[in-house]
Amino acid sequence: MEHALDITLTVNGTVVLQRVEPREHLIDFLRERLGLTGSHVGCEHGVCGACTVRVDGKIVRGCLMLAVQANGCRVETVEGLSDSKELARLQKAFHDRNALQCGFCTPGMLLAAQDLVSRRKQCSREEIREHISGNYCRCTGYQAIVDAIEEAMHG
Amino acid sequence: MGKAELPLHAPGTKTDRGYIGQSVPRPNAQRLLQGRGAFVDDLRFPRLAHVVFFRSPYAHARIRKLSFSRAVKSPGVIGIFSGKDILQHCSPWVAVLGHLKGIKSPPQHAVAIDRACWQGEAVAAVVAETRAQAEDAAALIEAEWEELPAVTDMEASLQGAQVIHQELGDNICFARTHDTGGVDEAFAQADAVVEETYGFGRHTGVCLEGRSLLADYNAAEHSLTVYHSTQAPHMMQDVFSRHLGIPEASVRVISKDVGGSFGIKVHVYPDEMATAALSVMLRRPVKFVADRLESFLTDIHAREHRVRVRIAVKQSGEILAFDLDDLTGIGPYSVYPRTSGIEGNQVVNLTGGPYKHQKYRGRLNVVFTNKNLTCQYRAVGHPIAVALTEGIVDKAAAALKMDPAEFRRKNLIPDDAYPYAFPSGIKFERLSHHKCLDLLLEKMNYGKMREEQSRLRKKNIHRGIGLAAMIEVTNPSPAFYGVGGARISAQDGATLRLEPTGMVTVLCSVTEQGQGTEAIFAQIAASAVGVSLEKVRVITGDTGVTPYGGGTWASRGAGIGGEAVLQAGRSLRANILEVASRILNADREALDIESGQVIGKLTREKKLALEELGRIAYFRPDTLPMNFQSELTVTRHYTPREYGFTFTNGIQASYVEVDTDTGFVKLLKHWCVEDSGTVINPMLVDEQLRGGVVQGIGAALFEECLYSPDGQMLNGNMADYLVPMACEMPDIVCAHIETPTKQSQLGAKGVGEAGTAGAPGAVMNAINDALSPFQASVTAMPFTPERILKALGKCP
Amino acid sequence: MKAPDFAYARPASLDEALELIARPGAKVLAGGQSLIPSLNMRLSSPELLVDIGALRELQGISFRNGFLTIGAFTTHAELEQSKEVQKHVPLLAQAVPHVAHPAIRNRGTIGGSLALADPAAEYPAVVVALQAVLKLKSRSSERSVEAARFFKGLFEADLRPGELLTAVEFPAAKPSDKSVFLELTRRHGDYAIVGLAAHNDRFVFLGVADRPTPVEAGSSLETAKSNLSRNLKPSADLYHSAAAKLHLAGVLLERAWNTLSTSR
Repeated sequence: MEHALDITLTVNGTVVLQRVEPREHLIDFLRERLGLTGSHVGCEHGVCGACTVRVDGKIVRGCLMLAVQANGCRVETVEGLSDSKELARLQKAFHDRNALQCGFCTPGMLLAAQDLVSRRKQCSREEIREHISGNYCRCTGYQAIVDAIEEAMHG
Repeated sequence: MGKAELPLHAPGTKTDRGYIGQSVPRPNAQRLLQGRGAFVDDLRFPRLAHVVFFRSPYAHARIRKLSFSRAVKSPGVIGIFSGKDILQHCSPWVAVLGHLKGIKSPPQHAVAIDRACWQGEAVAAVVAETRAQAEDAAALIEAEWEELPAVTDMEASLQGAQVIHQELGDNICFARTHDTGGVDEAFAQADAVVEETYGFGRHTGVCLEGRSLLADYNAAEHSLTVYHSTQAPHMMQDVFSRHLGIPEASVRVISKDVGGSFGIKVHVYPDEMATAALSVMLRRPVKFVADRLESFLTDIHAREHRVRVRIAVKQSGEILAFDLDDLTGIGPYSVYPRTSGIEGNQVVNLTGGPYKHQKYRGRLNVVFTNKNLTCQYRAVGHPIAVALTEGIVDKAAAALKMDPAEFRRKNLIPDDAYPYAFPSGIKFERLSHHKCLDLLLEKMNYGKMREEQSRLRKKNIHRGIGLAAMIEVTNPSPAFYGVGGARISAQDGATLRLEPTGMVTVLCSVTEQGQGTEAIFAQIAASAVGVSLEKVRVITGDTGVTPYGGGTWASRGAGIGGEAVLQAGRSLRANILEVASRILNADREALDIESGQVIGKLTREKKLALEELGRIAYFRPDTLPMNFQSELTVTRHYTPREYGFTFTNGIQASYVEVDTDTGFVKLLKHWCVEDSGTVINPMLVDEQLRGGVVQGIGAALFEECLYSPDGQMLNGNMADYLVPMACEMPDIVCAHIETPTKQSQLGAKGVGEAGTAGAPGAVMNAINDALSPFQASVTAMPFTPERILKALGKCP
Repeated sequence: MKAPDFAYARPASLDEALELIARPGAKVLAGGQSLIPSLNMRLSSPELLVDIGALRELQGISFRNGFLTIGAFTTHAELEQSKEVQKHVPLLAQAVPHVAHPAIRNRGTIGGSLALADPAAEYPAVVVALQAVLKLKSRSSERSVEAARFFKGLFEADLRPGELLTAVEFPAAKPSDKSVFLELTRRHGDYAIVGLAAHNDRFVFLGVADRPTPVEAGSSLETAKSNLSRNLKPSADLYHSAAAKLHLAGVLLERAWNTLSTSR
């Protein structure tokens, strides 16, 4: 690795030290180097949302961020947010309302949804649709996802 | 969400209700919700190598020279292989079937030799320690090409000035004419003849998980294990065995979690075959994951058709005949093993499907082009057949100044006319078109909607209502593929095993890609045996473990796999009671099972817990009578036999608003009334329908694979190829009628493709309804703003 | 789709950054939301990425003497949440929600967007409509460029080798100012088919040519429409002919005109 750099970051609460190539994007870093395969690769050009993770509290596309840019950052993935129970309410709503089928978009969708649910107490269905408009799902008709987010938000 | 009202015994069928009809959340969804699933790209293996394919940049070119000398020195490279190298280990295939008379296609290789026939065809394979290193090396391959003329226009292909495969003589893969006779006479007798030409844009599946395969060859055993994102593991087991020369039972195909399939993943792909061959050649695991750019170029495309259709009607509204001419452009090869002739064949079979006319003529030409290969994609020919049928029906209704719902009412096959022989040769067991139409109009409040439409038109707000009635192929018998010589199984099996602790394990040959297969099998098994749902575990997608079967395609999972599970469950229940009768020294007929307990049938008194029965049967058989052996594992298979295809019916409606200044279409609402027989889990079925509808909306408004005249794909990425996203989609109302099939105890028909079959036609009719005050109409999908503006005369 | 190999540096000071950017084969990495996809698709292969994310000099939003200065490394999300932007540059505030999706807006920057000079993007038209001034710096010079002169062609900005966009300066809105941002997209968050940033009598179109295209508003809608037909020569894109684009531009023109008139 010619241009390799050492990075230190916190992933799901654990401090991680790794030597990486600058060209490795964050999602590959998480999946390949750390074995956190819960976040998925769907397009590698930032459009589908399958790779959505959280960096310093903000949702980002894992394929549009280099691992080296995450040096010193706090990264959270679906696995960590499941174990911490932060996603529990949304996950239950998704499960009860069948808001997933193949599950490939689901981690990204949950991260995007949680971004909304954690910041807003009330939302119209149109606003929910707008917030998840960057997360591609081919299996569901999106409706159950909107229903689930509505339920998690309003109870 | 809610429960379907399932009668305790549907007429002519025997079903223990139990969990059947309940909207139970899927047990196997929990791991997916936590990102703890196991997709192929998640798996880790020692010495895993990665393959990247060097692909033709041209639609049609001779490979003059391929030099790997620079590339092979690139860091991390394990080997670089040409088509000839791969040919030593993987034989080519020809995708033809006996029942498609006259179908022809040349042999196709895993990696092309001498000539590339579409942009994206693999001409070399680069294997390296990482994907990135393989891509670096691929960039160093030196290639010299001789460009050949590319055939990209369907009409030109049919004319045959340039023949892609000289040895075949022309570009016609498959041609067919179906003629009942009396068609011209029917047209002569008609009071009105209405004609239209419909265009359907080529589009593709865009599964979020790219095609993925990890092949693991064990040189010591000459055995191959393939972890494959596929719908049909047994079919692939057979294909790998025959083409790689490995004994069938030494090939094991495992499909764990699959990230969407929709038919895209039920075909044999050359790069996937090459990957398996490379594992054999290199004696180590090799993985291939198609990235998104590759997916657009090489995942099968579908649905490029130009169809001319005519309908003959009487003043009363009665349809006399349909006459159809369908031209469809596929890739340069028919796809293996199902062939690329089936989609067009279905258009001929299904046009006019809901209606009671008797005269019909359909002509089909399936032609090769130098674009990407095409094959079966969700609902196959239905979206086209339904759209053109429902489009011309609306046009005929307008010509007769009749309301479109009323026109359909006059022509839908009556609900008591079954069994019914349809003019294209298909047979209907029993459908419910009128009941579905009634329910739809009620759910929509049709009359009120027409009033609202009329009111808003005066304010220059243009809304449209579009209907699409449909039939759909499900639960196919061997008539679909087997009769043509394909080693594709139309039967499936289920093994149910009572575990010592009273749990039940279900192994079934139908597979899961998220539609809920494993959930409904658990519901059926729990109901059939008499245990609660959380005691059931389901395993699918492993040829080494499950019975032999067909997997998922043509909406057959519930109807065929479910039936096998039901029958096995009922047999297991009987066997459990045999054991119980010996333990309790009681008459078998006086016992039953409920919630994991053996009970007295009359008194409902609990007599013996299943975990106790299991302990005795497995660990203390010495306490049972001398000549008695417990059999607590039961396997049953099921094949639909009476009907070649079990047809379902449904009807959809779309409500849109067209902005006549911009040509933009806003989808206000969508309805889907479907009769798929016994509904096992309404919540799962509803989201299957919705997902299907959204895919159909994609075809109608957004999706098209655009090619330049010289065969370059112009929009092969997620920014330029437009898939439906949440903001533009309407809420979709689903409702059900249940007419069970009598071919099985379960009575379930299929439903996975219904949404996709009807949505494009419904949306098209809604747009044209909105445009009708302007005497404007659109006929070529997708209906982009430009096409609508052109129809309105707002731009040239 | 793995990016080709490159070196990476994350300078701690602006001077260090300008030194690095001057090297041949160096490319600026801001938010990365446009650069990284092009790397993943192997459409570009720089030798060195210079990550300007640590430079405080490029961050911050400040209001002074009737001008709002926005640091080039301000993310779309920061713009969206900024009360200063809403108050002093309402046209920009209207445009931000159209930029892609939340996850992209958390990383993408205004500097990156302007430097890319994508004629289908929102900010180039906005800065031209508002007559903003772009501040550029290299290791040897500093200059200011008026927005109208900054966009030279398709993905071509007036950025000399070694130059970095450091800030954008907007004249603050006056009570009499009226603006509206309109965009037509097939799906929410897509690049615009056609868009219009209208500020008082400055109507600037995006998505119609190789750069933001102003059209003289004139004194009446009819005048504006005929100016449009004369001045706008749109190019076709994948899905829309030039004629369709011209038509759609006319529709937006009329809608913007009506909005601005009724708010008088």
